[in-house]
Amino acid sequence: MSNLTDKNYLNCEKGLWSWLTTLDHKRIGVMYLISIVIFATLGAVFSLLLRYELFSAGKDFLTALQYNKVMTYHGAIMTFMVLVPGIPAVLGNILLPLQIGAKDVAFPRLNLLSWYCLMAGALIAMISLFTTGVDTGWTFYAPYSIGSAQSGTVFVVLGAFVMGLASILTGLNFIATIHQLRAKGMTFMKMPLFVWGLYATSIIQIVATPVVGITLLLLVAERLLGVGIFDPKLGGDPILFQHFFWFYSHPVVYLMVLPGMGVISEVVSTFSKKVIFGYKAIVYASVAIAGVGFLVWGHHMFVSGQSDWAGVLFSFITMFVGIPTAVKIFNWMTTLYKGSIEFRTPLLFALGFLFVFAIGGLTGLFLATLSTDMHFHDTYFVVSHFHYTMVGGAVMATFAGLFYWWPKICGRMYHELSGQIGFAFVFIGFNVTFFPQFILGAMGMPRRYFDYLPEFEHLHAVSTVGSTIVNIGMVIVFVTLYRAWKNGEVAGDNPWGGTTLEWQTTSPPPHENFTKEMEVSGGPYDRP
Amino acid sequence: MTAHKHAHHFKDADHEFSASKMGVWLFLCTEIVMFGVLFVAYFLYHHQYPATFAEGATFLDWRMGALNTVVLLLSSFTMAISIHFCQKNDSKKAVLNLALTLVLAAVFMVVKYLEYSHKFHLGLYPGQFFSYQGAESANLALYFSFYFLMTGLHGLHILIGMGVITWVLIRARRGDFNSKYYTPVEGVGLFWHVIDLIWIFLFPLLYLVG
Repeated sequence: MSNLTDKNYLNCEKGLWSWLTTLDHKRIGVMYLISIVIFATLGAVFSLLLRYELFSAGKDFLTALQYNKVMTYHGAIMTFMVLVPGIPAVLGNILLPLQIGAKDVAFPRLNLLSWYCLMAGALIAMISLFTTGVDTGWTFYAPYSIGSAQSGTVFVVLGAFVMGLASILTGLNFIATIHQLRAKGMTFMKMPLFVWGLYATSIIQIVATPVVGITLLLLVAERLLGVGIFDPKLGGDPILFQHFFWFYSHPVVYLMVLPGMGVISEVVSTFSKKVIFGYKAIVYASVAIAGVGFLVWGHHMFVSGQSDWAGVLFSFITMFVGIPTAVKIFNWMTTLYKGSIEFRTPLLFALGFLFVFAIGGLTGLFLATLSTDMHFHDTYFVVSHFHYTMVGGAVMATFAGLFYWWPKICGRMYHELSGQIGFAFVFIGFNVTFFPQFILGAMGMPRRYFDYLPEFEHLHAVSTVGSTIVNIGMVIVFVTLYRAWKNGEVAGDNPWGGTTLEWQTTSPPPHENFTKEMEVSGGPYDRP
Repeated sequence: MTAHKHAHHFKDADHEFSASKMGVWLFLCTEIVMFGVLFVAYFLYHHQYPATFAEGATFLDWRMGALNTVVLLLSSFTMAISIHFCQKNDSKKAVLNLALTLVLAAVFMVVKYLEYSHKFHLGLYPGQFFSYQGAESANLALYFSFYFLMTGLHGLHILIGMGVITWVLIRARRGDFNSKYYTPVEGVGLFWHVIDLIWIFLFPLLYLVG
């Protein structure tokens, strides 16, 4: 049983400077957490502005141009500054070395550098707020982004490029760490599934991010020099921008969800007190999702004028993603089956994940089907679909992970009832916000519009109420976590009876993670 | 001579070496993917505007390109040799070869500078500054956008390479490297070879393929 006054990674050095120069992966993870919570708050404020403008038909307090800018910032912040770094950089940083029994990641300095890259990128992007801003949407589609009169575009695009560097460095670091620093006896097939999720994620970061990086640089060159590669006036092809953009941005949604799925595997196994069902199937499914994810980008472009054959092929391959995803969902459900289930906050979030992600995944099939996509394309159906996967999926999984590992991260236990109330608000609020948007989309409400026809008003109002509930839930969640950190009860080293290596060290862990060399013989979820 | 101590989270120096090398390789993968995007765009537009690309190539002097190809190949050789001498504990020769690599890189940049100024002289500027009047095919500016973007990004990498070569050169002079520890030289060497390799593709595609 640990004593919180013992030396651990949080108290071994003091002062802000010791944090800003730290090479300890756990501290870097905590710094990522704090910065991402700040970014997410900003993104949430923008989303509330959108929702309240849309509460009733007609112009309320934003002009159409202001609405477009708010929408762009909401999307760009949530994508590049919250979801992409989210689980890998926070939970991955803190837990990857602990779960494989290593003292740190392979390149601690690079790890710190990647945090500074994220900060620098965020700063560059935020400079745009002091210009006329940016109104392109987070996708920066050419040729509009080339010609848009809003001068903030270059800053946001450059910022996204620099944040891409952060993402690449994290991925590179994790792959090297996983290959080189596993504890003695931990073969690849004995790694915890969260580590596998991170491994698949890192591959995407390494292969896909450079593509968007150079594409964003080309866009900057387009605006500053007029190079013409994406500009039809000069012989270029704006559709090529979409191809390059989605070659990154489709895999990137798996980048957001794969580590989340890893979290769910850990949580489901621990709280049903059972070995995970179908370990190997989940491993292969993770790798398959990462791999197939590279071959489906064209489903964002069914109506862009790409060839019919390309459409058919992309549609077919996209359907294929459903298989490994379903394999995972069935495995988690089978793990729960006849388990001795303990309904604690992490498991509630994991079950919430299963519910919303199933809806998000199944509605993806509507959009992968060519004929139905013609109807749903660029409507609220799409908006709702990707919020169900990215917010419902990635955010629910992040919260599951944060509550699950919080006792390990700070050594203290959160207040169970407030955690559960937070879950209730998030889960109910989320569904109230986004389920009506499926209906709106099916009725023909186009996305990105600042106004709408009167018949859409009721559902928009419901959605706005939901967005308020979900944000109250977020506040409850973070207050709960903050209060636990400040004066929660001492948690002990292994409050959940977890089987993976991070539970075998003290809470919070010492600077070097373990006091002895770790050695592994059985599987990660074997129970004595 | 200061002995290098491996970082606390590695078992020993070999362990650190293999991890570092893997890190460099992964980084180089991202470089290759990044340039790969430009090559893909190049092929698409080459296919779309064959006459434009043929005309554009006539403005480039293949002899200059060939000279630079030889220069870079030589520099790859001197780079490799300097690693060899680090492994043999011969710091002096390692430093000499690193210096030679730097000189060759500088020669490359000088030739590039001459080529660029020739283009600018003709008004073959990148993008909207393109002011050449005698173009026979449509969108000749697009060809030169590719030329300047691809060789410009490559030139930037040469400059970065010169920076990191200078860094290992200073460390080699200080006697930091020996047969047990030469990781930075190895990493810089790998980077340099990949930059050369990219040029090996740029040269024929821009200068020779009409």
